Amino acid sequence: MVQNIIDVRNLSKSFDISSKEPGLNGTIKHFFNRQTKSLKVIKDISFEIKEGEIVGFLGANGAGKTTILKMLCGLIYPSEGSILVSGHLPFRRKENFLKNITLIMGQKQQLIWDLPPIESFYLNASIYDLEKFEAKKRIKKLSEMLEIDEELFIPVRKLSLGQRMKSELLAALIHEPNILFLDEPTLGLDINAQRNLRKFLQKYNKETNATICLTSHYMKDITSLCKRVICVHEGAISYDGKLNLLLKKLSPVKEILLVCRSEKDATKLESSGFTVKNKIKNEITLKIENNSITSSLKTILNNFDIEDLFINEPPIDEIIGKVLIKKDYDI
Amino acid sequence: MLEYRVEIALWAISGIIPFFMLNIWTNNNLNESINISDVMLSRYFLCAFFVRQFSVVWVVFSFEEDSLMGKVSPYLIQPLNPFFRYFAQHLAEQITRFPFALIIAFFFFIFNQESIWIPNLGILLLSIVSTFLSFLIQFLIQSIVACLCFWTEKASSLERLLFIPTLFLSGLLAPVVSFPAYVKSWVYLTPFPYLIDFPANLLSGNETNISGGLSMQILWIFLLFPLFKKIWSEGTKKYTAMGS
Repeated sequence: MVQNIIDVRNLSKSFDISSKEPGLNGTIKHFFNRQTKSLKVIKDISFEIKEGEIVGFLGANGAGKTTILKMLCGLIYPSEGSILVSGHLPFRRKENFLKNITLIMGQKQQLIWDLPPIESFYLNASIYDLEKFEAKKRIKKLSEMLEIDEELFIPVRKLSLGQRMKSELLAALIHEPNILFLDEPTLGLDINAQRNLRKFLQKYNKETNATICLTSHYMKDITSLCKRVICVHEGAISYDGKLNLLLKKLSPVKEILLVCRSEKDATKLESSGFTVKNKIKNEITLKIENNSITSSLKTILNNFDIEDLFINEPPIDEIIGKVLIKKDYDI
Repeated sequence: MLEYRVEIALWAISGIIPFFMLNIWTNNNLNESINISDVMLSRYFLCAFFVRQFSVVWVVFSFEEDSLMGKVSPYLIQPLNPFFRYFAQHLAEQITRFPFALIIAFFFFIFNQESIWIPNLGILLLSIVSTFLSFLIQFLIQSIVACLCFWTEKASSLERLLFIPTLFLSGLLAPVVSFPAYVKSWVYLTPFPYLIDFPANLLSGNETNISGGLSMQILWIFLLFPLFKKIWSEGTKKYTAMGS
């Protein structure tokens, strides 16, 4: 049986936020009588993640996804509840725990700006107590997987965003962590770089059985990497389960465009009991439930003279967009 | 890379306050009032320049920027206290400054040939130790102030308050021996005279209590280190990982 590697129970996090009115008066008031209020950004959430799982955290901006990741990796202290990651309380930041995890933030970097990435890799290798020979071996292996080579010897400030991101990944993975926290790792990357990064993460997960927690606003990251998603809405979990179940639930019908041999056939099909979205001459668009697609198509192809057909899937961004603005999804 | 080399040279030159002070002291014959010869005063300010070059600390500014920009976050989840990074940076920059400091000393001796002297090896070694201890004290003081970033976000403003006593009481502008007796009695209870005055007097060969000075430096390190550990541990609980 696969063990839970992350166990979160009734986790909450509050921040003290101060607000200021605009203008000079507001500044003076703010200086002498600062108004602060406690804002609960994570509200009593619980979930478990199994070893080797890739889980996507979905949510609108400010929903609390990144705050959850920061608490899971021990960067910030939870206000209430408990977190166990690989048997450790993350915030204690014990050496054994830190050697097992990594956090990659798409918009933040740990590489030394004025030096080539290779210098940062050896620095990290020392921090994680790796022998020089072992470090060399891992740098070679990871740079092959990430397809970077001469970039390792060019100052970071001269690298492109994609090359920098690959180098960031290498720096973050040199100690071969078995839990990866990735906060928008493909942010700002072009389509090819995004695809390469996803391929790399899949390979890394497959080869090392690493657990990956991922947030991303690019749905392709989520659909190609994560079987399971946790949707966060205003600090609470609105859905935790399989991605394909969520998609089926949110998009129960498919649209099928049929090109009939003649307009007469299209008219006949229109009155045959299927739900029609629209009909233009010999082209008719039907709405068919996901669970009856095969049988419906069989009936149509057997009884009508069909020249061509197209199945339209609703865009996944549109479907997920619905999740981000709703509080509960009971699947 | 030229701009980096120029920057290093400028760092070294930016620490020449002691030479301005030497000029003010000798032009106004102020040294007569404290019974220090021109030569010894010249050596004192040259040594003050050297000690300053190898003990200057700016960790509060680096940490504040990194903390506000969220750059501290990746360091916090590594099995090494982020202050070790800043510590290593300071040491690396001290090494880089060394040749420039030597060039400045060379020119100083061209214009003040009577001040040339070679300290004995024992004194030289003790001065290096004392300068390093001075660096540690300053690093710890600034690190403690830097940790206040977890509460105030603008800890460098507090550091500026500390800069005033550091400037006046450390011996950078005037040897502490020139202070009135009642001021001296309490100044020696603070860490400031052990930052510049004590190591500079030691290196320049001026009369100084070597064991007392070194003991006070070590005592301050022992007092400041646990305070830093405590404030770091409390502060990280307040960390909100802003900017990331």
